Amino acid sequence: MPIKTEPFYLNLGPQHPSTHGVFRLRVELDGEVIVNVEPIIGYLHRGIEKLAETRTYTQVIPLTDRLDYVASMTNNLAYCLSVEKLAGIKVPERAEYLRVIFSELMRLANHFLAIGAFLNDCGALATPLIYMWREREKIVDLCEMTCGQRLLFNYMRVGGVSQDVPEEFMPALKKFVAEMPKFIGEYEQLIKQNEIFLARTKGVGILPKETAINIGASGPVLRGSGVNWDIRKKDPYSIYERFDFEVPTGEVGDCYDRFWVRLREMRQSVRILEQAIVQIPAKGPIRADVPQFFRPPAGEAYGHIEAPKGNLGFYVVSDGSIAPYRVHIFPPSLINVTALADMAIGWKVADLIIVFGSIDVVLGEIDR
Amino acid sequence: MTLLDQFQKMLMTAGLPDWAAYLVPALVGIILIIAVSLTLVIIFIWWERRLLGRFQLRLGPNRCGPEGILQPVATGLKLLLKEDIVPAKADKILHFLAPIVVFVPVLMIFAVVPVSEGAILANLNIGIVYVIAISSISTIGIFMAAWGSSNKFALISGMRTVAQMVSYELPVVLSIVGVGLVTGSFSMLSIVQAQSIPFILLMPLGGVIFFLGCLAEMNRSPFDLLEADSEIVAGYHTEYSGMKFAMFFMGEYGVALAYSAVIATLFLGGWSGPLLPPVIWFLIKVVLVFSFTVWMRATLPRLRVDQLMSFAWKGLLPMAVINLVIIAIEVLVVPASMLWLMVILNFAFAAVLVLLWSRLFTLGGGRVEV
Amino acid sequence: MKFERYGIGIAKGMALTLKHLFRPPLTVQYPDEKLVVSKRIRGNELVWFPDRCTGCGTCTKACLQGNIILVTHRGEPNKFIVDKFELDSGRCIFCGLCVESCPYDALAMGLEYECAKYRRGETILDKDKLKLTDQHQPSAYYRPQFAAGLPKQSLLIYDKKDGGQKLNLFPLSKRKRGPGA
Repeated sequence: MPIKTEPFYLNLGPQHPSTHGVFRLRVELDGEVIVNVEPIIGYLHRGIEKLAETRTYTQVIPLTDRLDYVASMTNNLAYCLSVEKLAGIKVPERAEYLRVIFSELMRLANHFLAIGAFLNDCGALATPLIYMWREREKIVDLCEMTCGQRLLFNYMRVGGVSQDVPEEFMPALKKFVAEMPKFIGEYEQLIKQNEIFLARTKGVGILPKETAINIGASGPVLRGSGVNWDIRKKDPYSIYERFDFEVPTGEVGDCYDRFWVRLREMRQSVRILEQAIVQIPAKGPIRADVPQFFRPPAGEAYGHIEAPKGNLGFYVVSDGSIAPYRVHIFPPSLINVTALADMAIGWKVADLIIVFGSIDVVLGEIDR
Repeated sequence: MTLLDQFQKMLMTAGLPDWAAYLVPALVGIILIIAVSLTLVIIFIWWERRLLGRFQLRLGPNRCGPEGILQPVATGLKLLLKEDIVPAKADKILHFLAPIVVFVPVLMIFAVVPVSEGAILANLNIGIVYVIAISSISTIGIFMAAWGSSNKFALISGMRTVAQMVSYELPVVLSIVGVGLVTGSFSMLSIVQAQSIPFILLMPLGGVIFFLGCLAEMNRSPFDLLEADSEIVAGYHTEYSGMKFAMFFMGEYGVALAYSAVIATLFLGGWSGPLLPPVIWFLIKVVLVFSFTVWMRATLPRLRVDQLMSFAWKGLLPMAVINLVIIAIEVLVVPASMLWLMVILNFAFAAVLVLLWSRLFTLGGGRVEV
Repeated sequence: MKFERYGIGIAKGMALTLKHLFRPPLTVQYPDEKLVVSKRIRGNELVWFPDRCTGCGTCTKACLQGNIILVTHRGEPNKFIVDKFELDSGRCIFCGLCVESCPYDALAMGLEYECAKYRRGETILDKDKLKLTDQHQPSAYYRPQFAAGLPKQSLLIYDKKDGGQKLNLFPLSKRKRGPGA
């Protein structure tokens, strides 16, 4: 006689140690095996797209900080790029380099946090997280030196950046870039070959190449599945075509590949920073002549960048007035998290946590 | 002749009736053991937090008392004053009893741990078997807590606990049998006295298996699945607060301390050591073992539940069985005066076994089609 | 877990954590020791210079929260007299756009960052609270002329020979974090 069983529903979140924000997963379990996963989002909705319609073009920039608050400057950059495209503004040379420097610093900062939190989800009690946090702290120090805050930077402006870096910035950045490969090597030593870590991540949560492309995933999630797609290479924005760097890709598309792609991307970011430090003009304007309350011509523009988490796009529609008619945000996290169910079904609860950690989402971006 | 027996004899010669001469030393011993072990637990909580802090480039607690040593006391006071919350749908009786069932056996383990020559509360001739038997009772307590608090996270944790504890008990017991074979006794006192060479050298594989099994029994990383905070919040004590939670907390660290003491006794030579007094040697060894577990906790990720089970059943258990057979043959063949030969042989066998298992052992589990 | 590599990866990781045991801790015991914040810190209480303010109202337009209240009346020929200049630091998001937009450098971000209040009303900064005093100094955010007198920011990019971090197990004794700490 078969035993009558019932599915076991478990709510992971909205308040749970490893949901990386206010995220809820409604999980249907058979024992510990996951039968179904349903992500429920919207707990952090602030209506940023609607708020943007009542602000001037400059005033939207602080709002974009609140999207992906782990790497806020990339949001500023994506928005400013689309508005510049809309209004046809040319950005000065030094400002372009500063933008590249800060967006690569942000990529490092984001990947430090992503890998640290991912390892924390694997159960390595806070140690990798704190080691990575130490390096992230150095980046945040640099940003604080430049723009006065540590989380919501509000640094990029339409047509450049808000202010030039102080004179003590460049020596500190050089020192940071010089010692960073050593620390990245240390993280590899800490965890890369760890047998338990390999057992937990190798082959777990596989996202096949075709599924990844069909879902529209981007960033390390897509590259971890073996697709060589990086907007810095494929649709170069800013001055990225001047730099020499590689796009690391994974092979299988499991959690380990996504981790490993992030770690190698950090090395590439350091390479870009090294080149940018050498190439940056010592003096020059850092902002095109754009008034604070400017009116771009009526029209629409879509600008996208390779944010640390993937393809971050801003679609800005102007009706010629002082405020944008519509700002639509295309966040990478929201697209990537739709792949969660494909990856997690059939695995255990513990695997769901690390699969979710390996996608690296930020809820500010998903809920907007 | 333990210190307790001497005390008893002294009382009897002083003219006390038999029952009093039996009762008074027993009570004194029990109170002493409870007081000392609880104090040690408090110090060990502080030590773990400080050490873990240093591993993680933090400072750890340093505010209450000198270098923060009173922090566990402050935590205890805070927990004592907190509201005791019982979930509305909880099984009230089980919810109430579970912390006690977890906590009391932990204290009972200390009864058979010899601190120095003769300083033992109960010199049982089956001391180490008693430890294993008593510590298994905590499993029931943890499952009671998990079931009684009617929480889904707790329930998952409780299921994991039972599976984990039962599985890891087997390799632990089998490696103890090896110790018993060499010693010829299960009494903790005679085990220590038999260690002219620490047993970790005499039977390295048995020692490692026992250590890994103990890590699983005391729920420490990388086997801390039942309170895997990144997965199932706090596991079985998710719904506990106040003093009940404090009892779980003390029980957990008490087990860690007790097992550190047992490992030090069985495999590291207990109190024996040159120059320093035996109590100090014993404490040094316990702290070393405990610090090693803290070090592992600071570094290692957690295993998944099916990997944990396959590691116990496919990895540790067969190795423990083969190790036991090898030791049994060695005890028969090798004369007692040639222990060094056994050391060499056992290291060779351990190497061969690990080499074999590195090729044979595969992980179970993986993706399940649903 | 596979034994194939006999736990070498685990041993490597544990060697690294052991190495970190002998590195200086990062903890800054906040109320006792304080880091020096950036010269351009966007601190919690803004500084307003009444003599330079013309009452043009650019800052009120630049504020995306609509947070700055400015009331003026016409006084001397071609000059506004500011009756009321008020902002609620509880609603302010400290984006710094008002400072950036001010054409006369009459507004600057503050240096303070420990500005918790017991009552909501106390977060409202009026003309008196915004004035420059010895305790209430402006930061160099968008005002590089104030940068000279400010102390150097303490950075984590330390170097031992620059007088940076050293291993110190006794936390409450004096411990430096960066070259400028």
